[in-house]
Amino acid sequence: MTSGAHTEVTVSPAGAGGPEKALLRFLTCGSVDDGKSTLIGRLLYDTQLILEDQLTVLERDSRRHGTTGAELDLALLVDGLQAEREQGITIDVAYRYFSTARRAFIVADTPGHEQYTRNMATGASNCQAAVILIDARKGVLTQTRRHSYICSLLGIKHVVLAVNKIDLVDFSGERFHHIVADYLGFAKALEFSSITPIPLSARYGDNVIRRSGHMRWYEGPTLIEHLESLDVGEGLEEKPFRFPVQWVNRPDLDFRGFSGTVASGRVRPGDRVVVAGSGRESTVARIVTADGDLSEACAGDAVTLTLADEVDVARGDVLAQSDSRPEVVDQFAAQVLWMIEEPMLPGRSYLMRIGTRFVPARVTSLKHKTDVNTLEHIAAKTLQLNEIGFCNLGTASPVAFDAYPENRETGAFVLIDRFTHATAGAGMISFGLRRATNIHRQALLVDKSARTRLNGHRPAILWFTGLSGSGKSTIANIVERELHALGAHTYMLDGDNVRHGLNRDLGFTDVDRVENIRRVGEVAKLFVDAGAIVLCSFISPFRAERRMVRELVDAGEFVEVFVDTPIEECKRRDPKGLYARALEGKIKNFTGIDSPYEAPESAEVVLETRDGPERAARHVLDALREQHIITY
Amino acid sequence: MTTTTTLSRMQLSQHLKRLESESIGILREVVAEFRNPVMLYSIGKDSGVMLHLALKAFYPSKPPFPLLHVDTTWKFRDMIRHRDEIAARYGVKLLVHTNPEGVARGINPITSGSQLHTQVMKTEALKQALDQWGFDAAFGGARRDEEKSRAKERIFSFRSAGHVWDPRNQRPELWSLYNTKISQGETIRVFPLSNWTELDIWQYTRAENIPVVPLYFAAPRPVVERDGQLIMRDDERLPLRAGESVQMRMVRFRSLGCYPLSAAIESTAATLDDIIAEMLAMRTSERSGRLIDSDEAASMEKKKRDGYF
Repeated sequence: MTSGAHTEVTVSPAGAGGPEKALLRFLTCGSVDDGKSTLIGRLLYDTQLILEDQLTVLERDSRRHGTTGAELDLALLVDGLQAEREQGITIDVAYRYFSTARRAFIVADTPGHEQYTRNMATGASNCQAAVILIDARKGVLTQTRRHSYICSLLGIKHVVLAVNKIDLVDFSGERFHHIVADYLGFAKALEFSSITPIPLSARYGDNVIRRSGHMRWYEGPTLIEHLESLDVGEGLEEKPFRFPVQWVNRPDLDFRGFSGTVASGRVRPGDRVVVAGSGRESTVARIVTADGDLSEACAGDAVTLTLADEVDVARGDVLAQSDSRPEVVDQFAAQVLWMIEEPMLPGRSYLMRIGTRFVPARVTSLKHKTDVNTLEHIAAKTLQLNEIGFCNLGTASPVAFDAYPENRETGAFVLIDRFTHATAGAGMISFGLRRATNIHRQALLVDKSARTRLNGHRPAILWFTGLSGSGKSTIANIVERELHALGAHTYMLDGDNVRHGLNRDLGFTDVDRVENIRRVGEVAKLFVDAGAIVLCSFISPFRAERRMVRELVDAGEFVEVFVDTPIEECKRRDPKGLYARALEGKIKNFTGIDSPYEAPESAEVVLETRDGPERAARHVLDALREQHIITY
Repeated sequence: MTTTTTLSRMQLSQHLKRLESESIGILREVVAEFRNPVMLYSIGKDSGVMLHLALKAFYPSKPPFPLLHVDTTWKFRDMIRHRDEIAARYGVKLLVHTNPEGVARGINPITSGSQLHTQVMKTEALKQALDQWGFDAAFGGARRDEEKSRAKERIFSFRSAGHVWDPRNQRPELWSLYNTKISQGETIRVFPLSNWTELDIWQYTRAENIPVVPLYFAAPRPVVERDGQLIMRDDERLPLRAGESVQMRMVRFRSLGCYPLSAAIESTAATLDDIIAEMLAMRTSERSGRLIDSDEAASMEKKKRDGYF
């Protein structure tokens, strides 16, 4: 060992041979200039996976798009889509397959630029190892640190530091050792279990498959030797049993099985298991497969379990080992990577997918974001595309999980935008916030239904939305007057009485608007619980927030009233002179001027201008009768 | 509760077992999340494996979705025979759709050209069928190792209304936490075999005894040599050009499509073991016999944007 690079890390001996090695999924990180695509091309080429007809195309493409003069440009083998082939960058995650006599490999080929952090994280989420490329001429760069951090965050434990283009520094051992020392100093904090530095030249093939004759000073493995022998056992089989139920298998009344893939641990007939959410216990009766019943199933196996007792189990539930259960909470802290253009707004409701479960969730607070280049923590109010933040999240009902560093299968989640259904964020749970669970379960003796009986009407939120000057408050006031006359318990929340007190600390940025509505929603919910009809009059420009409030209360308790007055009419009325000032640029973020208003798509009541306020109010009261909120 | 395959079943390698489990998980996910899924059944070896996996995934239930075959009317006769046998044998519901407009316009691979034929009789026909039955999710047997633009395909591949695939706007796919949420009019194409290679398909077919179309095995067949490719004359519709003659040659197919567009290779591989041995020695890729892939530069990517599988 001459490199001196292995002092703090373990390296498995190369060429260990032996029995069939499990499939290895690894990702390659590096920018286009580091020769990443060339390295993958080299691996495919030297393991003879490039076939004659593909080679013909490659020769043609090399002449047309190549950057290597007369030689074959191996990078062109892997740069798949037309657009990126022309731009010379890799914009997505591409998967490559190759195998040697000892092992099958799946390579996730991901782009390295900062604007593609999400693509890299996507590739890393399913990989057990990473090959991080460094250009020997340039050494450890900002991007090297970024790539390493993302790998570490996504739970990758094994890293190969591929010091590429070693031919361009005259195969210098000194240069290599310098880079390695530099890297190890930085990577200490990232908790990798192995770091293996290898000097190589992807373009000429040195130390990729073929041992280089130019670097006598290097005695470590070639890249392929190392990848073939790397032991990545994540020990998932040895962790506690977890089984997210994917599908209830019910061919007839005599069979009720729970189909799914074992996330971790192992299970045998006779094992005691618990439904994590409800705490109900049972015993595994059978492990059913089309090839006959099994005596054991372990992590990664897709099976169908039957239980000895009639226990209530549905898709989304987690079956777990009785004596080693996952945490079940509705508030936890997690690292979140944001993946869409529209920023993550604390307070906004997203759909969370964790295991096989979908549950509404929101970020309750963003503690800080992490600068992916310096790893510094920065205070922030939102997360933009490709940013990573440490957040507290709350879910609409408790979910079962293990911390991500303990279990990548049960500690990960994605957040889905509720309108576009885009995959908006990826999260890795750090720990549960127990405080929240305790508050959650206050059983109350006098409840909402008791109060409703006493009041003689049902509680509800009447949510008036529309532009400034549309007439929301005017109409809401008339409705309240009428309800009061009918003997209903009412209360009015509007921008003026809330913004001066409860929400005095909030401005008019998108983030603050979301928080404003969230607080109003929570207060309104308390009034509903108290049995009142609460009238809320807020511009509330975003669908997502109105939907969030809707989901705070039971079905039928939220009545959305859209005061659909066109902006021209609102500008003409301009009761407080606000439009005039906004148009002069004196008020920023004014809805309808320089901030958007998203009209409701399915409001319970839509009021048009020509109705006039009194008639509009009657429409609202009629709707309340139709919905049996009031009966008189 | 035993199945007929158990006896002849060989021990699956750890690698194939992992692939099998992953695919089963994907199949179940779609059934749990979608209202009206369908499995595109193209009769080839990949479809065979996909159907086999579906039979396993839902056992003891039957696969809770129909098979759909888009028939261009130019498939090999052996393929159609195999299709009908399989549907009967497994008792699965089989839907067959042919583009009636294409038939009325007389579109065919010989005089219309492969591009137009594929566009009308496969891509358009598929979209018609998906719309006609209102399927919101469709399984396809495509694999990422087949072709470069497929390498970037998602497992759950989102299509906006009108079946449009936008490669710049695909959903990131992390862990196995698939995003199955779509809006009205949008659909998802799902590829349970994404991570399988051609070799995996054949090894699994052998280990699990999955029936395949006899055309994959070498036999004396009537072929014409055309532009350096061997085209089988499956019926009288294939006109002979000047100087061409039909010869009996020992050939087989690596990939099956419309017969005038699927080139045969000379081979003596008559068993699954022979095929696997031949493959390991082979120096051309599987789709090299598929004439439609090389129509134009970045050909597959363009077809996929148009709605091809």
